[in-house]
Order: sequence, then C-alpha cells, then structure tokens
Amino acid sequence: MSYHNPPTTPRKSATFDEYAMSEIRRAAATGIYDIRGSGAKRKVPHFDDLLFLGASISRYPLEGYREKCDTSVVLGTRFAKKPIELKIPITVAGMSFGSLSGPAKEALGRGATLSGTSTTTGDGGMTEEERGHSKHLVYQYLPSRYGMNPRDLRRADAIEIVVGQGAKPGGGGMLLGQKISDRVAEMRTLPKGIDQRSACRHPDWTGPDDLEIKILEIREITDWQKPIYVKIGGARPYYDTALAVKAGADVVVLDGMQGGTAATQEVFIEHVGQPTLACIRPAVKALQDLGMHRKVQLIVSGGIRNGADVAKALALGADAVSVGTAALIALGDNDPRWEDEYQKLGTTAGAYDDWHEGKDPAGITTQDVELMKRVDPIAAGRRLANYLKVMTLEAQTIARACGKNHLHNLEPEDLCALSIEAAAMAGVPLAGTSWVPGKGPF
Amino acid sequence: MHSTNLATSPLHQVNYAPKVFDLSKNTLREFNQALHEVKDASTEPNWEVINPKGSHAVAVGAEHPISIDVQGSVGYYCGGMNQLSTITVHGSAGPGVGENMMSGTIVVKGDASQYAGATGRGGLLVIEGNASSRCGISMKGINIVVRGNIGHMSAFMAQSGNLVVLGDAGDALGDSIYEARLFVRGSVKSLGADCIKKELRPEHIAILQDLLDRAGITDVKPEEFSRYGSARTLYNFNIDNADAY
Repeated sequence: MSYHNPPTTPRKSATFDEYAMSEIRRAAATGIYDIRGSGAKRKVPHFDDLLFLGASISRYPLEGYREKCDTSVVLGTRFAKKPIELKIPITVAGMSFGSLSGPAKEALGRGATLSGTSTTTGDGGMTEEERGHSKHLVYQYLPSRYGMNPRDLRRADAIEIVVGQGAKPGGGGMLLGQKISDRVAEMRTLPKGIDQRSACRHPDWTGPDDLEIKILEIREITDWQKPIYVKIGGARPYYDTALAVKAGADVVVLDGMQGGTAATQEVFIEHVGQPTLACIRPAVKALQDLGMHRKVQLIVSGGIRNGADVAKALALGADAVSVGTAALIALGDNDPRWEDEYQKLGTTAGAYDDWHEGKDPAGITTQDVELMKRVDPIAAGRRLANYLKVMTLEAQTIARACGKNHLHNLEPEDLCALSIEAAAMAGVPLAGTSWVPGKGPF
Repeated sequence: MHSTNLATSPLHQVNYAPKVFDLSKNTLREFNQALHEVKDASTEPNWEVINPKGSHAVAVGAEHPISIDVQGSVGYYCGGMNQLSTITVHGSAGPGVGENMMSGTIVVKGDASQYAGATGRGGLLVIEGNASSRCGISMKGINIVVRGNIGHMSAFMAQSGNLVVLGDAGDALGDSIYEARLFVRGSVKSLGADCIKKELRPEHIAILQDLLDRAGITDVKPEEFSRYGSARTLYNFNIDNADAY
C-alpha cells in the first residue's frame, strides 16, 4: 500500500455479525431452523440493572447472623386444604424426565428436599426416582398430558397447569428422536425414536372460562387438597395473571424469556416473550388490583442466578422464585471439566445448548446410559442444596441490610435502577433521581 | 383384548338399591367425595345422580368397579380420569367427557360436545348420538365408539387406541396422528396431515367386532368400515415435508 492509497481497517457489519452470518450459512446448508435448549442469550434488562439502597439514618439494618430473617413461604393458601410449606422461597422449576436423565431428576429431588423446598416434574410424567426423593413434588399438567394419570395427580403435593413458559410463550414441548428411549417412549405412549412435538394448547380447554372448569375438575379429582398453580410465559403478564386468578389458581408461576427449555427453535427463544424484569410488576399489579397479592402467591422464574436476584424478585412483589438453568449448572451442566468433550461437539463449556441431541458430556440432558452415569444423584443433589443455601444466605444478607426480618418484607422502595429501561420495567427510580419512567414528569 | 358386553355385565345383574345423589340438594363436592371414599364396591355397586342440570365435573376421579347412572345431561368433563367405573349419562355430555379416562366404561345416551375422550388412556367410551369436534384428541389407548357423526379435527395427534365412527367424520380427521386406529363407516370430509386410508385386515375386523359387541351395537358389520392411520412421514423432521407442518 502506498502513502497515496492508505488502507482502511477491515470493518465487520454490526448487523451481519459473526453469529448472524453463521446462522445464514447453517440455514442454507441444512434447510432446517436451529433448535437448541436453554433460554434467551441476548442481553436484556435484568436484575443486574437494579441495586438495593440499604439502610442508613432513615432506616436501620438488622444484625447479620444475629437477628432473624425469615425465609419461609406457604404456597396454596387460597383454596387448597394442604398448602405447601417451604423453608426457602426458591423452588426448582419443571424439567421433564426425557429431556433430563433419570439421575439428574433424582438429584433435583434430593437437592430440593435437603433445602426444604419443592421440585417439579415436566412434560414426561412423574418418575419413581423423582417422587421417592422429593418431599415436595409439583406435578405439571401440560398440553401433551404425557404420563398423566389420577394416581400421580393424587400423590403430588401440588399441581401446576402449564399454559406457557418463558422460553416459548405460545409454543409446545419438543423432544427429538435421539432422546426417545424405550423408557421415555413408554411413558409418553409414543413410538421410539420419533421427533416428539407436543401441542401448544391444551386438548380439552381453551380460554379462561374453560380453565376455571378445568381447575374445578382437578380439584374435585384431588378432593380440593392440592394447591393448583397456573404457569404462564412472560407474554401479557397483567392480563394473564388476572385471568389465572379469575380461573381459580392458588399460585401463579410467571416465567420470563430467560427461562430455559429443553429444546425449541432459536428464533422462538430469542424473539418471543418479555424479559423477566419486565413481567413482575404488571403481574403484581394485577394481583393488587384484585386484592389478591399474598393471597394468590406469585412465583417468578427466568434467569435467577444468585441471592441478589432472589431478593430483587421478592422486593418487586414475588412470593418465591424458581430456578431451572441455574439448578442444572449446580448439578454440573456446562462444567469446564468436560471442555475436551464440548470441543469435540463443536462448542465450549458455558455455551453448550444442543440439549436436544442427547450427547451432553455432563450426563444431564441425555438418555445415553453411559453419559448419565456421570451424574451421581447424591453428590449432585448435595451441590444443588449447597447452591440453594448460598442463595438463601445471600438474600438474607441483603434483606437484613435493608432492615427486613422476612424476605417478603423487601419492597420496591428498597431498590433503584441503573438504567432508564430497568427503571421503567421495574417501576423503581433511576439511581440518583426520583424519576420512575412512565410514572409522571421528571 | 378385554371383552365385556354392557348388557351382560355382572353389575347389571345384581339388584342393589342405588345410592342416590340429587344435585339439586347435594353438592357436587359431596357426591364426588363419596365416590372417592367407596370402601367396598361389592356392597355399594349402584349409584345414581339425579338433577345434574348440566353440572361440570360429575363423577370425576372415580376409581372403583361401580355403576353410576346420571339421569340427565352434564357439563364439562363428566367421568374425567375414570378408572374401573361404568358411567352412563342418560342425556347429553358437555366438552371433555371421559377425558384422560384410564379404564372402565362411559356411555353417553345423547350427544357429546368437543374433546370427547381427550387423552384417554384406556377403557371404553360409547357415544350413542353424535360427537362434536376434536373427538379423541391426543388419545393414548382409549377405545371410542360413536354411533353418529364426529366433528372436525377429531383424533388430532392421536397416539394409540381405537376410534370407531358409525356415521361420518368432519374435516382434518387424524391430523398429525401417531399410532391410533381410526375406523369410519361413513364419509370422511377430509384427512388431516399424515393421515391416510389403510387396508382393513382381518385383525382390524376382529378389533371392530369386539368393540361393536362391547358397545352393544348389533346392526352394523365390521366390514362396512374403512380404516385410517398414520402415513408416518412426519415422525422425523424432513424439510421437504415443511408444507405439511
């Protein structure tokens, strides 16, 4: 290059970035949309964009480790004869046997039980391992109704009617042929090895009026003993929460777009639904408008990682949170110890999301009998319990610093936001101001 | 295959006075609770519900070999998740009659609304009138016999079991069907994705004869039916079938 013809620095497109171009090449080569597991990976406003103010002169703190900060929560107090009493407000979210291995499901049950909390079945029915090792087991009632039967309905501790999930509001389950083993096929009444694509709507009800009758039926079958949850994806949280309450739910489970899935289209995960942070206040507002806040409990999920996230979700009005992806990481998912094997699969630890292929080196999202041996249910359950304990301690630390003797006493007034977007979504002031976007003039 | 003719069922030969629940006086809760608390089915085999007046969730979660006669029409989900019981609705049934039933028998003397027998896993559901749309949706082992016609989208994603229709079927029969068998005596307005007409072989005639016998139907021959089932072309994703999805 000469002085008179200087080169410009090669510039890559911000629009056609490396991922976008690789996806175009992949689509052109295969003719199939990209399917993967996990939740939204794009950066969206989240709990990291909120801060607690802490106590000072106007509010005084509680002594860490000395003064009590209660973490208990009771779920299902509205209609159920036997509400669930949990020691911590962190539950384990629904994940199916089929998408997860039997040992992984057992580990989730063990970890939850050690922690005094609940775990949840998924789109594949209830396994003996899971029931046997779970003190509190929530039984999901899904559009597919795989494995659904009155015996399991009655031996569950709560029933969760799944209307939607954050990763794919408006979408059904998916489990590709590689994971339809003999046992999975039998539980789902399907031929072995087929691609299973569950319906997105329930087969025998449509809309809130029908849902009310469906809930009545389930209550009658279970003699009104079990709490009935309704799980919704983060689509229209105000109206969906209000309609779930109207239909008779004891508990509303609200799952934002960062919530994971076993498998669905990448385009669905990244482009449908709202961030968890944007969903909580509208849902809480719906409960408050109906006079049902704290009477119908709200469980929030989708991207909960640590005790700060727990505390922030509760401060915004949730009664409890639920963890799925984080629980799998605690069991050993995407652990760098398997890096060599992740590399062979064309990925790296921390990015592995081809859960539908059943080749998980960590032995969690697989039905391969050799791979699943890598999960020791007892040790993995212990790790999950440790993790849940740490999150609880972290949330208590924050609550005490804010002067609260119960995690449920945290409130929006304890928070400020680092960005205008987060302030608007969470309905709390932008840090250093009294401005809540959308709530009046600056 | 289990073979019991309703007309000769032992329950119908024993002359026990029925336990009667009048839903204009008793609550639904009282009735269903009593059903769930049956201690000895042999000493209280006959139950009767009067004045159901379209109530929802009548006789749901029954789990004993008893006979329940419902004198009138019912709303949603009558006989939901039934096990072992024989339920006869002397009227018509609302949506979801016999949903997810596991075993036993449900007979609807009149017509049935949408989703009859949805996700049913076993037992026999007989509808002596017509059934509306989505009859047998997502069925997983149940046997359904409809004396009249069935509506559109019936046997959608039907996984297993038998659907027998003496009349006609509406649009999109058996869309995305798995391994269920569909037998239709009359016309089929249209078949859904991946559902095709198949050969009626001797083993299918035997299945049909058994189901007709158990449903108390004597004026129809199995040979008069056509069989429909899965072409199995959508079992594993193929981009060249994308138009069918």
